[in-house]
Amino acid sequence: MIANDRIEEAAFGIMCKAAIDIPEDYLKGIKGMIDLETGDLSAFVLKSMVDNYEAATEDRRPMCADTGLPRYYVKVGDKARLADGFVALERALRSATARATHEVPLRPNRVHPLWRNDHNNNVGLNAPEVEWSFEPDVDWIDITTVHKGGLFGSDYRMLFPGDGVDGIKRFFLDTLIAFGKRGLACQPAIVGVGIGGSKDTCMQLGKQAACLRIVGEANPDPKIAALEEELKELGNNIGMGPMGFVGSSMVVDCHIEAGFTHTGGMPVSVHTFCLSSRRATARIHADGSIEYRTDPRWFTPYMRRETIGWETPEAASSRFG
Amino acid sequence: MGNPGSGLKQVRLSLPARDEDIARLEPGMIVYLDGVVYTAREGVYKRVIEDGVPLPEGLSAISNVNFHCSPAAAPDPDGSYRVGGVTATASFRFSKWMAQWLELTGTKIVIGKGGMPREDYSNILAPRGAVYLTTVGYGTGALLGRGIVGVEAVHWMDELGIAQAMWMFRVENFGPFIVDSDLQGNSLFASHGDRVNQRLEGLYEGLRQPALHRYGETDDRRKEVM
Repeated sequence: MIANDRIEEAAFGIMCKAAIDIPEDYLKGIKGMIDLETGDLSAFVLKSMVDNYEAATEDRRPMCADTGLPRYYVKVGDKARLADGFVALERALRSATARATHEVPLRPNRVHPLWRNDHNNNVGLNAPEVEWSFEPDVDWIDITTVHKGGLFGSDYRMLFPGDGVDGIKRFFLDTLIAFGKRGLACQPAIVGVGIGGSKDTCMQLGKQAACLRIVGEANPDPKIAALEEELKELGNNIGMGPMGFVGSSMVVDCHIEAGFTHTGGMPVSVHTFCLSSRRATARIHADGSIEYRTDPRWFTPYMRRETIGWETPEAASSRFG
Repeated sequence: MGNPGSGLKQVRLSLPARDEDIARLEPGMIVYLDGVVYTAREGVYKRVIEDGVPLPEGLSAISNVNFHCSPAAAPDPDGSYRVGGVTATASFRFSKWMAQWLELTGTKIVIGKGGMPREDYSNILAPRGAVYLTTVGYGTGALLGRGIVGVEAVHWMDELGIAQAMWMFRVENFGPFIVDSDLQGNSLFASHGDRVNQRLEGLYEGLRQPALHRYGETDDRRKEVM
């Protein structure tokens, strides 16, 4: 049985860690880009960002004052048992959000879209978002928080099968160029691309691809992995670096997630997870112990299943082997 | 990784900034600030320019630097404030208020994210002796947070909330910022944008035309677009 106070502690812990400590995979990616960057202003920007990550960790202050829209992804083990139920879990997430807002402190970003009133705690109507998934055969709960910017860098387009990969490339370029100008996307970014599903799942998959997969991790489908590489190169060949200055650092990594879609369509979404790619995950074990990490491990073989039933993880992963 | 950007010119300015210091700034210079900067964005602009609420007394003598920013800050029980990270917000949204604001306040430096449209520099900022500095990244929230050594005052917290209130920050070695516009109305973003734009058409070469065109590619709604 997992007690609710453990969940709140874990949620508060990841809110603080996400806001302050840049994930190692992203930091490594940015350092690698400094070595390749030939634009002097672009290189200066990247170097300043690395200085900023160090200052944030040393001072325990947020790396970026724009909190973005903090949200949660919860993966519940099929064998996990909650002492106080799921309503209590959702309350714990909201309470941890409000507490972290005050204690880190984080900027209260969330306001009513029409009346613009602010609870000063990043909690409100439909906020923070909580997305759920399940994992067979295990008794832990994983909670991930992502603080992703909320204004620029994401877009959706309904393409058609006849548009093919060229259509995806056009849309990818259109989005990065549009939001890359003046650096509104806060690039270089982890670019997530959702392909397929319905309009909402297409957006959801693309966003999860950007925020819940680490730099260097390829899609298990080799053909999709090749397209990820191709899009990454395409983005870095635009000639635009951070802040829209002349340069080459646009895409730290590109992640694609796909979902079965309407036979007549090929919806695509593009999302950019910025220079302050803030994510942190906690695993709460059945005994109440908490482990922290920066890799959400969200897209498990179970998540990417195509079958009616669920095979063992080994059988599923051998299909990609 | 070497020392990226070591060839760039750096300057440290005392605030309120003097006209002769501002005249020396060139697009692409790196700037650090000492003195007092104030935050103002749409909430403050509406309140002062549209609703006619008077400015805090003596603003122009205290600070002539407008930062387009909302801090990550929280009030402490003793009435003081803890400021964690500080990051700018995109400035182009504030164009419509800038001319009146610069005249009302005597502001000479505008700091924000991403610059203003290039014609705003030649039409609005430069004629009023003002330049634009951009934050770096964006955002170097922790570095800028370190540069804030105190909160001198907060105006309109109750009316506007933490994000939109006018914060008066005492700053020291506050930066880095990059000079975007100078007093001639030149813009670093615009000149880099022009260079980037030259390559763009080539990127699409060889990609087949889309099955359906869409609004945005044309403004003509009689065409079959999605």
